[in-house]
Amino acid sequence: MLLHGFLPSLLQGALVTISLALAAMAMAMLLGLAGAFAKLSESRLARGVALVYTSLVRGVPDLVLMLLIFFGGQVGVNAVALALGYEDYIDIDPYLAGVLTIGFIFGGYLTEAFRGAFLAVPPGQREAGLAYGFSAWQIAWRISLPQMFRHALPGLANIWLVLLKSTAIVSVIGLSDLMTRGQQAAGTTREPFVFYLAVALIYLAFTSVSELLFKALQTRLAVGTQQGAL
Amino acid sequence: MNLDVIAESLPVYLNGAWTTVQLLLISLLLGLVLALPLAVLRSLGGWPSRLVWAYTYVFRGTPMLVQLFLIYYGLAQFDAVRESIAWPWLSSAWFCACLSFVLNTAAYTTEIITGSIRALPAGEIEAAKALGMSRSVMLRRIVLPQALRRALPAYGNEAIFMLQGTSLASVVTLMDLTGAARQVNATHYLPFEAFITAAVFYLALTLVLVALFHKAEARWLKPLLPR
Repeated sequence: MLLHGFLPSLLQGALVTISLALAAMAMAMLLGLAGAFAKLSESRLARGVALVYTSLVRGVPDLVLMLLIFFGGQVGVNAVALALGYEDYIDIDPYLAGVLTIGFIFGGYLTEAFRGAFLAVPPGQREAGLAYGFSAWQIAWRISLPQMFRHALPGLANIWLVLLKSTAIVSVIGLSDLMTRGQQAAGTTREPFVFYLAVALIYLAFTSVSELLFKALQTRLAVGTQQGAL
Repeated sequence: MNLDVIAESLPVYLNGAWTTVQLLLISLLLGLVLALPLAVLRSLGGWPSRLVWAYTYVFRGTPMLVQLFLIYYGLAQFDAVRESIAWPWLSSAWFCACLSFVLNTAAYTTEIITGSIRALPAGEIEAAKALGMSRSVMLRRIVLPQALRRALPAYGNEAIFMLQGTSLASVVTLMDLTGAARQVNATHYLPFEAFITAAVFYLALTLVLVALFHKAEARWLKPLLPR
């Protein structure tokens, strides 16, 4: 039988991996937007916080941050709960820890991508909005964001691929993702090569499909823009 | 913060940092040595180029953790591997970690160098041809030196990614910086102290790498740029 009947289990794991990656990407995009606004703002404090955030994320391995949030979060949450008079032991959910860590890390990378994309929108666009009496919020929502997105897309695509692959490390904190399912199947059947190869192929399928989708999106967003021909 | 525990386990961290640095240097060095000929093959076209593309596509499209597990746990499935002369190597976590890191970073580096070869100004190559240089002389004297300089910023990023990537070695029992932190956490159950100390070490190593690449860019890339 194909993969000794472990295929459904692997596919369930793949579902966990994808949902984790999407949730983390959503969180990363929010953090990235906030970070980009902070980096472009006039406030020195906001710029400083954003700088510390992006350098921290760039300089510390995702595995270390994940272990810190998972084990540290465990200790921290229980200390707070105890102080509030809650006696039972609270377990941190590895899914939540995974989403928070990966979202936090890639928010830092997206901050840089979004910042560059905002700068690529011609200043005249924003000024035209001002001239029409738009509020700062309206300018951001109706003028800067939609145009920024097209410039951010190549960076966004790249970061999504890195994010998708880095979800594999949540297996280290015991989440039942694709990687963990592969490990379990490899252990049971004593055929590690077959199962890690299967896992690798599923990841490869995910990244390949993502690349195709991003290519289509890029074409869609480039409608109405002129492309210089060499 | 329990500073005594950190001070007490400092030797563990320093040993771990040394392991991390060794892993990083070996993978970057061998990865670059492997990537250079591959990037040339990839730029020349034909079936070797497609073969190299397939290699980089697979290694860039899958997580490095899966690659590490395929090599470390996966290969042991085959009796032929376990009875071969390479087994003492392939059964060592150190060797398997290095092997998977080298193959992974070589794939990314190949694409980086290929990209910068493709972006070379056409005039430089035409000038080399006009001077009657053979293809190998042109590669050695014009194409590679110019492409490698221009690849420096992207390669610096890859080196930093690789530094973070070496933390996966702790998953296959190696005592690198992350491994040291996991040991300290397991012994004292002080996750904040254990992992924040490791994070500080990694940040310091990252800053060193950034400074080194900054120097390299000032030395080799800056003279090329328009002033």
